[in-house]
Amino acid sequence: MSAQSVIEAKAVSKWYGQFHALKDINLTVHKGERIVICGPSGSGKSTLIRCFNRLEAHQQGDIVVNGVALHGKMTNVAAVRSNVGMVFQQFNLFPHMTVLMNCMAGPMWVKGVSEKEARETALKFLERVRIPEQANKFPIQLSGGQQQRVAIARSLCMQPAVMLFDEPTSALDPEMVSEVLETMTGLARDGMTMVCVTHEMGFARAVADRVIFMDAGQIVEEGTPDEFFSRPRHDRTKLFLSQILKH
Amino acid sequence: MLYPDTVEAEILVHKPWFVATMFGVVLLLFMAFNMSGTSFAELMRPVIGEPSVSGLYGRFAIAFAIAVIFTLNVVLIGFAPLKFQIGIVWLELLLLFIAFFETFHLSLPFIREKLPFLISQGVVTTLYVSAISIVIASVIAVAGAVAKLSNNGFAFAIASFYTSFFRGLPLLMQVYLIYLGLPQLGFVINAVPAGILALSLCYGAYMTEIFRSGIQSIDRGQWEASRSMGFGFALTMRRIILPQALPVIIPPTGNQFISMLKDSSLVSVIGVWELMFLARTLGQKTFQHMEMLISAAMIYWMLSICLELIQSRIERHYHRSKVR
Repeated sequence: MSAQSVIEAKAVSKWYGQFHALKDINLTVHKGERIVICGPSGSGKSTLIRCFNRLEAHQQGDIVVNGVALHGKMTNVAAVRSNVGMVFQQFNLFPHMTVLMNCMAGPMWVKGVSEKEARETALKFLERVRIPEQANKFPIQLSGGQQQRVAIARSLCMQPAVMLFDEPTSALDPEMVSEVLETMTGLARDGMTMVCVTHEMGFARAVADRVIFMDAGQIVEEGTPDEFFSRPRHDRTKLFLSQILKH
Repeated sequence: MLYPDTVEAEILVHKPWFVATMFGVVLLLFMAFNMSGTSFAELMRPVIGEPSVSGLYGRFAIAFAIAVIFTLNVVLIGFAPLKFQIGIVWLELLLLFIAFFETFHLSLPFIREKLPFLISQGVVTTLYVSAISIVIASVIAVAGAVAKLSNNGFAFAIASFYTSFFRGLPLLMQVYLIYLGLPQLGFVINAVPAGILALSLCYGAYMTEIFRSGIQSIDRGQWEASRSMGFGFALTMRRIILPQALPVIIPPTGNQFISMLKDSSLVSVIGVWELMFLARTLGQKTFQHMEMLISAAMIYWMLSICLELIQSRIERHYHRSKVR
């Protein structure tokens, strides 16, 4: 394993009962790399990135994150998770806490950072996602796009080595998609290592170093955005792209 | 609040058909009873003459007068704003109850004489027995709920056996079992601790189910977000899940607290000098049972009202994060 790789997946397989959800996945994410995973629904893309912080367990193969192997009985899963930021489709902000507290909770409770320092970090990242003025509101008082940006800020406050995005714009109104994508593009430009499951092909084209196409639990095609969009090799990819770019 | 429809409806109690129906029902209802012996009939004496010989005419006149008063009252209350309506209706129902108690011809001096002891001994015992039991039951409930949701076989088995057993037996029997059964094992236990133990175990079992359903009502995404940030199980439970489950848990738990307050009267059977015990014994010597029982009833009610108020306070507190 090279020192540069943040996530390394080797021959990963996962089953839900009889259903073979991930089939022999090999993927290495290098430091600073931006990877977009796309594919039809049910293709295993969300399952894959949820394996990267062990929200799901894989049954075969190896996943190494920040040098820690995610094996069956791991005792330091919290340490791995606190180093991997995750943004969910449904935001999953903590509704009983203010926006500021959502951002402060992680550093304070997991890393033992002082309240003052946590507040400064939180405000810094809320500034970065351009909603510092909403700090004292509750999540429900914010629009979907704002909530998702808070969710991004909340993850950033943990200063993670890699950010995982699980369809971050799929639950948003069209108008709010762009504000979230802009935030993500900004992150990418600052050199954050990112793995994004998304259907936003414009974002993939503009930001990704590599685009990965999954179908039926397998990685079908992998390449730079240019290769991927201009010269897709597999028929399944061509079909998918023709469907998704039709409108 | 129910879902407030924005369509403005006419006030129900001002609709002619409703008023007419209400009038008719009340009239028939009071016609069915013979009211000629009541004090209301005495008031009607100028109209109907001697009530006991007024016959069908007297019955009709009394029922008619009551129906008029009732209907007029309801229609008039219909004009008042919501807050006043609530207040007036409460007050009227209360007056009816007091009128009901009036009919017992209670001896007020007797109540006044016994009340201080009823409060200083009975209420205090009832309160501390209930309060301690509530705290213990809540602790049991959290532990029980976690155990019932865990995939640890031992924990689940113990918790489900516990809830099944203590929800399945009458509380009175549990009180006896603990007070009379434990000494068989060599633990001689006093009446008060036995009562507290029985109440805690019984209510802990009910509340385990309440807490379990509350915890289950929280979206999986909250667990995932919390765990994905590196929060451990206990931290997630304490800071993320339970605070969100509380608004779901509190109304039924408030119910349990009120219910426990009154069920604490069951420990009187093992001789704890709490409110119910004293209410039964203080009146015995002079056969003034009703005085003491009604006083105790009123005290129970007032304590329950306090709990209701606390509950609505807490509910309002947790409503904060739900206001857009």
